[in-house]
Amino acid sequence: MFLTITTTGTPERPATDLGFLLHKHPDKAQAFSTSYGTAHVLYPEADDQRCTAALLLEVDAVALVRRGKGKGRGGAPDAALAQYVNDRPYAASSLLAVALSGVFSSGMKGVCRARPELPGQARPLRVEIPAVPARGGPGLVQRLFEPLGWTVTAEAVALDTEFPEWGDSRYVRLLLESETLTLAEALRHLYVLLPVLDDAKHYWVSPDEVDKLLRAGEGWLPGHPEQKLITSRYLSRRWSLTREAMERLELVRLAEADDSEVEDIDNAVEEETEAEEKPAPLAVQRRDAIVEALGAAGAARVLDLGCGQGQLVQTLLKDPRFTEIVGVDVSMRALTIASRRLKLDRMGERQAARVSLLQGSLAYTDKRLKGYDAAVLSEVIEHLDLPRLPALEYAVFGAARPRTVLVTTPNVEYNVRWESLPAGHVRHGDHRFEWTREEFRAWAHTVAERHGYGVEFTPVGPDDPEVGPPTQMAVFQMLTGNEKEAKAA
Amino acid sequence: MTETTQHKGRVLPVTDLSLVVLVGASGSGKSTFARRHFKPTEVISSDFCRGLVSDDENDQSASRDAFDVLHYIAGKRLAAGRRTVVDATSVQQDARRQLIELARQHDVLPIAIVLDVPEEVCAERNAARTDRADMPRRVIQRHIRELRRSLRHLEREGFRKVHVLRGVEDVENATVVTEKRFNDLTHLTGPFDIVGDIHGCAAELETLLGKLGYTDGVHPEGRTAVFVGDLVDRGPDSPGVLRRVMSMVKSGNALCVPGNHENKYGRYLKGRKVQHTHGLAETIEQMAGESEEFAAEVRQFIDGLVSHYVLDGGRLVVCHAGLPEKYHGRTSGRVRSHALYGETTGETDEFGLPVRYPWAEDYRGRAAVVYGHTPVPEATWLNNTICLDTGAVFGGKLTALRWPERELVDVPAERVWYEPARPLRTEAPGGHDGRPLDLGDVHGRRVVETRHSGRVAVREENAAAALEVMSRFAVDPRLLPYLPPTMAPTATSRVEGYLEHPAEAFAQYAADGVARVVCEEKHMGSRAVALVCRDAEAARKRFGVDGPTGSLYTRTGRPFFDDESVTEEVLGRVRAAVTEAGLWAELDTDWLLLDAELMPWSLKASGLLRSQYAAVGAASGAVFPGALGALEGAAARGVDVAGLLDRQRERAADAAAFTQAYRRYCWTTDGLDGVRLAPFQILAVQGRSLAALPHDEQLALLDRLVEHDGTGLLQTTRRLHVDTGDPESVRAGVDWWLEMTGRGGEGMVVKPVGALVRSPEGRLVQPGIKCRGREYLRIIYGPEYTRPDHLTRLRTRFLGHKRSLAIREYALGLEALDRLAEGEPLWRVHEAVFGVLALESEPVDPRL
Repeated sequence: MFLTITTTGTPERPATDLGFLLHKHPDKAQAFSTSYGTAHVLYPEADDQRCTAALLLEVDAVALVRRGKGKGRGGAPDAALAQYVNDRPYAASSLLAVALSGVFSSGMKGVCRARPELPGQARPLRVEIPAVPARGGPGLVQRLFEPLGWTVTAEAVALDTEFPEWGDSRYVRLLLESETLTLAEALRHLYVLLPVLDDAKHYWVSPDEVDKLLRAGEGWLPGHPEQKLITSRYLSRRWSLTREAMERLELVRLAEADDSEVEDIDNAVEEETEAEEKPAPLAVQRRDAIVEALGAAGAARVLDLGCGQGQLVQTLLKDPRFTEIVGVDVSMRALTIASRRLKLDRMGERQAARVSLLQGSLAYTDKRLKGYDAAVLSEVIEHLDLPRLPALEYAVFGAARPRTVLVTTPNVEYNVRWESLPAGHVRHGDHRFEWTREEFRAWAHTVAERHGYGVEFTPVGPDDPEVGPPTQMAVFQMLTGNEKEAKAA
Repeated sequence: MTETTQHKGRVLPVTDLSLVVLVGASGSGKSTFARRHFKPTEVISSDFCRGLVSDDENDQSASRDAFDVLHYIAGKRLAAGRRTVVDATSVQQDARRQLIELARQHDVLPIAIVLDVPEEVCAERNAARTDRADMPRRVIQRHIRELRRSLRHLEREGFRKVHVLRGVEDVENATVVTEKRFNDLTHLTGPFDIVGDIHGCAAELETLLGKLGYTDGVHPEGRTAVFVGDLVDRGPDSPGVLRRVMSMVKSGNALCVPGNHENKYGRYLKGRKVQHTHGLAETIEQMAGESEEFAAEVRQFIDGLVSHYVLDGGRLVVCHAGLPEKYHGRTSGRVRSHALYGETTGETDEFGLPVRYPWAEDYRGRAAVVYGHTPVPEATWLNNTICLDTGAVFGGKLTALRWPERELVDVPAERVWYEPARPLRTEAPGGHDGRPLDLGDVHGRRVVETRHSGRVAVREENAAAALEVMSRFAVDPRLLPYLPPTMAPTATSRVEGYLEHPAEAFAQYAADGVARVVCEEKHMGSRAVALVCRDAEAARKRFGVDGPTGSLYTRTGRPFFDDESVTEEVLGRVRAAVTEAGLWAELDTDWLLLDAELMPWSLKASGLLRSQYAAVGAASGAVFPGALGALEGAAARGVDVAGLLDRQRERAADAAAFTQAYRRYCWTTDGLDGVRLAPFQILAVQGRSLAALPHDEQLALLDRLVEHDGTGLLQTTRRLHVDTGDPESVRAGVDWWLEMTGRGGEGMVVKPVGALVRSPEGRLVQPGIKCRGREYLRIIYGPEYTRPDHLTRLRTRFLGHKRSLAIREYALGLEALDRLAEGEPLWRVHEAVFGVLALESEPVDPRL
């Protein structure tokens, strides 16, 4: 990984002053050892008119991997195979930022004992970094640096010129130019913003990172229009790097066995990306509709099948009519988050006795689910491939057989009303299908018929005269013997 | 009534699976008696349990907890089918009631053995024991009083056998003999012909017996007929059927279990009041013409029928209405009732008939259960159970099952003899349509029994991860009969510049005693398993799916293509090649399961390529020109950067080589244009696992497949045979690998030609060892892995876990194929397949 800092000058104010500012002599190549390899400082050009300092970090990729090992089994979530073949030796990431602050610490602090007047002066600066990993692309690079007084040239690097159809990589070739900034300011900008752009730090974020950020951001961060993004990216990786990493490793390995990325299969807890005008209402309306229907059915012992992160379980817990609430999900990660949300470990005994969370799968029958008053399948069926839906039907209506079953699913007709949803797109990346009202009703009637239930439909959300409500709900009630006879007659 | 005890040397029959309750006062000699007649582990004493919970065997205040423990242990033993002897005084009715309840819960016979010993003797014995010396005399007196009071009631309380031993001598001289249960005919191995519900269809029965090879009720090869009951009612000639079956049973040519219709007729014959419905009236009328003597014989016959039989070493259970595994070989009222009537849900259907509980769907037992009772149009296996009632009396057919051949033989009804109350069900109870597996088959920590490598354990956290992937992403389990095992690489090479080298692979097989190996080109794509059926009908018949003609899935069971029509197109092309090559007939099958590699790699792995491999290439490609330029500039100024510049040039070259390495496995495809499928093993066909078919024969079959593919989809696998004991041959193998990998090949897999091979010590030998090319490994170990300092570090890799994992997954894969080939129920196949997926989530160095 590599960057150059160039300045220009005149015989009165020679460019080689850069050497004083950086505290590194232009005629020497110097090496400094850092935690992950060796940092070299050298000057490809150095005269009065123009002086360029280059920082070259020779990263030892294997050492990088080995160091990661102490931190829990395997380290970060993307630390399985990816850790051995990665861009760290080449891309300007947080490793470079750390090297920058180590090697040029005086420059960054703006201290120069020999020429104390120099650091305070702005000079023409040109910073070139050939490969900046930038989540957010050239656009974000511009948004981050321009407000600070830089002229930004950022162009995306192609993934592979032999395969133009693969598009651009996440790297940006970056050129920053300014006449108004001091070198210390420039270095502090880079120190904070390189990791922010990379959005993945190589070291564990500890509480003192907050202090470091405040120090390096002094004078420029408070007024920055992207302050929130900068702060959250700089600090936010803490959770994901520590706790959740442990929970995903088995899935990481299964994804790897398939040459695919873990996000492909570990997407159960992704927030709904429904393109709602206001984010909360539909989910809330759905839960309200479910609670009302459960109440109307007189259900006390309730299964939330596909409970996800436990929002509905939490709602049901607040209502004393529900004496036993069981959340079932196939994703262990979702259950862990649900358990955290419900604060199960700190709940009083009486409350805790009302609720339990189980890993289960509706692709299988499950004896534990028998004998409940009601089961809720809220926004679940559309996450199954259609050919596997009969298995779910049987597991719920044939085997578990609760008296009442509530099923909610998106009404695809309504999608035209979501302004931000491109035509023909489903509302969530993992939706395997979305049904029209007609399709949903046909399915529900078949299921009801086959398993001895009656079914009625309720709209959830604004019932548009043309395209119906955003969510459709079916309420199944098991038929009694008499009702069946009546039906047969 | 209770036998008296005057004879010396009484013989006490005790059933092999029973709960034996010793009844006697403190000091009556129960423990001594138990020690003498039963195994130490069969006996649980209340004193011992008191000791367990309170550290004092005589602490009466601990009795309640002690009996909880005693009941718990006894319950576990009985559930496992082990006879249990309870050594406690049991003189109080309440104590015995709990034990009888326990026996009933586990469907075993409660047996009482009473030790009625004089008070004096008891007192004397207690006095001789330090721990009981101070037991008050009145306690013994009370015990004896209670015992005497109990004696008359023991049978009424529910004990099925009561042995009373009176006096010391009687106790001393008694002998216990173990009796088998009536239903235990495990020693009979047949072969059997099991016949479904006859209902008075005497003519059809004669035709069927003839078709099965019986002449006048006798089979020339000594086969035994087994009747599943419902011989009588509804049909035209119940007496004729009874006459035939009774004479065959009497002469030892047949066994018979009772059906609900015999049971009801038997009660009628005993003079009980029963409704003459469901065809009983016809039987009564027909029997009116028969002699008194015959009627008496019938009564005796029906009275002596045993509710179900366990046959053929426990592999076969026959009963009328089906039986869950926990009732097999058990003896209780509810077992008999289930065997005769089955279980109902308590609901009634639209015809007013009780809805039957689909017990067969839940069935997970190892024994095949053959039964009748519920008329179905076709007899089909479900979870190792089969219903043979094909409604002969309703105009269907009379069906028999040959065991152990598992062949069905049937004859059509001559006419509709009786109109059914409801139409024949369109499918067997618990039919196949989308009915799922049970979570209990896969969830939590599990141990899978394998034929080839014993017990393979799956840890809970791995099963949890597999459950998520299996449930949310995998293809229908019915079309997922196999997952490929992982493969270990060759031992680490010491050859300069190499991490893997074939010499090690050959040496490893030589050490395992394997001389003949085949080196197969390793295709660099994505692993794909293809289940190819001859047509949709074949897929429906064998795999129970409606629509698809097979499946094409990845190594974690996910569909290869999101678009089903693309999958069908691939399957269609393979199918055409199979047809052209004449393999359907040659392999006597209408489906086959192929292990293959699908190329290009970029087809499936494009996400990974973009986020990881191409990204590294892009970053390095962007950074080096500038870095080298800067170094050259500094060098030109006279700054000493020589060493650094050389290193950076090498690194740049390594990075470029890395980009070249992955590019070889990427090419652009359009639909199926450019897609290649290289099959390297036919895993299974109808009725057979081909996992043990030698690889030279495998490859010969596959070559024909590739030859007959007119679409360019199929690709051959290059190979070379090597003799691991011949240095010349080994050298040729190494050269072949060098040449192939030198041209950019991924590498090769070395396999024993004999496919399924064991070492001289009897261990399973690795089915294959991969030996990856030097350039290819850059993708795995990083662009610069060939630098000497890196190689030195990387050579400390550990292969032990990977090898063990490879063998365990291999054993599970073989097991899945064997279970599939033998037509075992879906859950059994799925159990092994799921195990492979779970093991894949074990932590192991991903670069191996």
